[in-house]
Amino acid sequence: MAITTATVPKVGRNFRIQWEPAQDAYVLLYPEGMVKLNQSAGEILKRCDGAADVAAIVADLETTFNAQGLEADVLAFIELAEQQKWVDLT
Amino acid sequence: MTDLSEAVAVQDTAKIGPPLWLLAELTYRCPLHCVYCYNPVDFAKTEDELTTEQWFKVLREARELGSVQCGFSGGEPMLRDDLEVIVAEAHRLGYYTNLLTSGVGLNEKRIGALKEAGLDHIQLSFQDSTREMNDFLSSTRTFDLKRRAADMIKAHGYPMVMNCTIHRHNIDHIEAILQLASDIDAEYVELANTQYYGWAQVNRDQLLPSREQLERAERITNEWRATHGNKMKLFFVVPDYYEKRPKKCMNGWGNIFLTITPDGKALPCHTARMLPGLEFPDVRTSSIREIWYESEGFNRYRGTGWMKEPCSSCPEKEKDYGGCRCQAYMIANDPAAADPVCDKSPLHNRITEVVDRAQIAGNAAQVKPLIYRGPKESLQLDRPF
Repeated sequence: MAITTATVPKVGRNFRIQWEPAQDAYVLLYPEGMVKLNQSAGEILKRCDGAADVAAIVADLETTFNAQGLEADVLAFIELAEQQKWVDLT
Repeated sequence: MTDLSEAVAVQDTAKIGPPLWLLAELTYRCPLHCVYCYNPVDFAKTEDELTTEQWFKVLREARELGSVQCGFSGGEPMLRDDLEVIVAEAHRLGYYTNLLTSGVGLNEKRIGALKEAGLDHIQLSFQDSTREMNDFLSSTRTFDLKRRAADMIKAHGYPMVMNCTIHRHNIDHIEAILQLASDIDAEYVELANTQYYGWAQVNRDQLLPSREQLERAERITNEWRATHGNKMKLFFVVPDYYEKRPKKCMNGWGNIFLTITPDGKALPCHTARMLPGLEFPDVRTSSIREIWYESEGFNRYRGTGWMKEPCSSCPEKEKDYGGCRCQAYMIANDPAAADPVCDKSPLHNRITEVVDRAQIAGNAAQVKPLIYRGPKESLQLDRPF
């Protein structure tokens, strides 16, 4: 499906995101596997709670990191994450 | 002096990553008798399985170091009555928990209790696509039971990996095996060609497929991927005997994998206890921190410093770390030798001889009766592989 600022992403049914102090990173866990997320991927994915839409996620990130113009990056990442089944979209 | 040695130890520790993957082999007991089981052939000699409390200690200490993926395996882990409380403790500590099972012993009550305990995923093994072959290869009547186990796993909302070990006797059924995986609605399917350790090494000539069989199976797997989309993710693990470079075994010795055997030995891989001249630590008497960072068993083949020629001057040494230490020991009789799968090994012919035999259907070695994994056979053979 086409991803817009109104899309609501949620971490995929068979994935779990958690902070791992030993790796100093967020990781995505799934059957017999793990993806270590870089900082921006981790910050985006942990906000994919099935309630916030992309616009809200972008706004939250821009406030938290005192940044602007993150929308294109977030949209691109959500598209990649959906291909990997890391997120489900509604 | 003390200060200095501590500073050095901290520095070394910082270079070694955490044991991200913890494999808890809860028991060697198993209702199946698979002819390719990787468990040590002499498993029946081991006694004194770790207690519940000892497993809690292992889980806690490994988690503190950074372990995050936890597999419960065996033997058949369902044979442990305390599986549910061990899984619950692992879940509480923050592990992603995987149960690797034959499905024997799964019932509504236990699968519900495991869900409640926080179990994240179940890997269910099949031996083949049909009742006849599944039951022949495991020397049990378990096919129907596995089908019911698959239904239960899905009904309880677990993601499911279907695992089927592939070899000469079932590789021609690959399409039916894929169809079975699709029918039971597996999210992932592992078509894992037999690796020749433990019981598989005993039965190697009977199990190694021919090149033609292998190519056909790979082609069918690729066609399935192309025509069925990515609803089910397929993994096809090739047998390293057909390769010219060795596998990066366990992603490097003491790099990310930590196996704990049913009787409490800590190993860098599931089969390393066969290696001579190495004392692997016991989790009853050593902490996981000491085991992972300081023990001789874990440090011996870390990195590249231990290598001999042709590995030590090989430009690919960081890529595969010289392959598998157990295979080097089994075939070259030296755990520090190059894995003979590598065509740079002076003993590579010991692999190609086996491969050459596999091209001739029905030769004398292949028609020897298969030896099934069982306690009686284990005690009779009385050897590690």
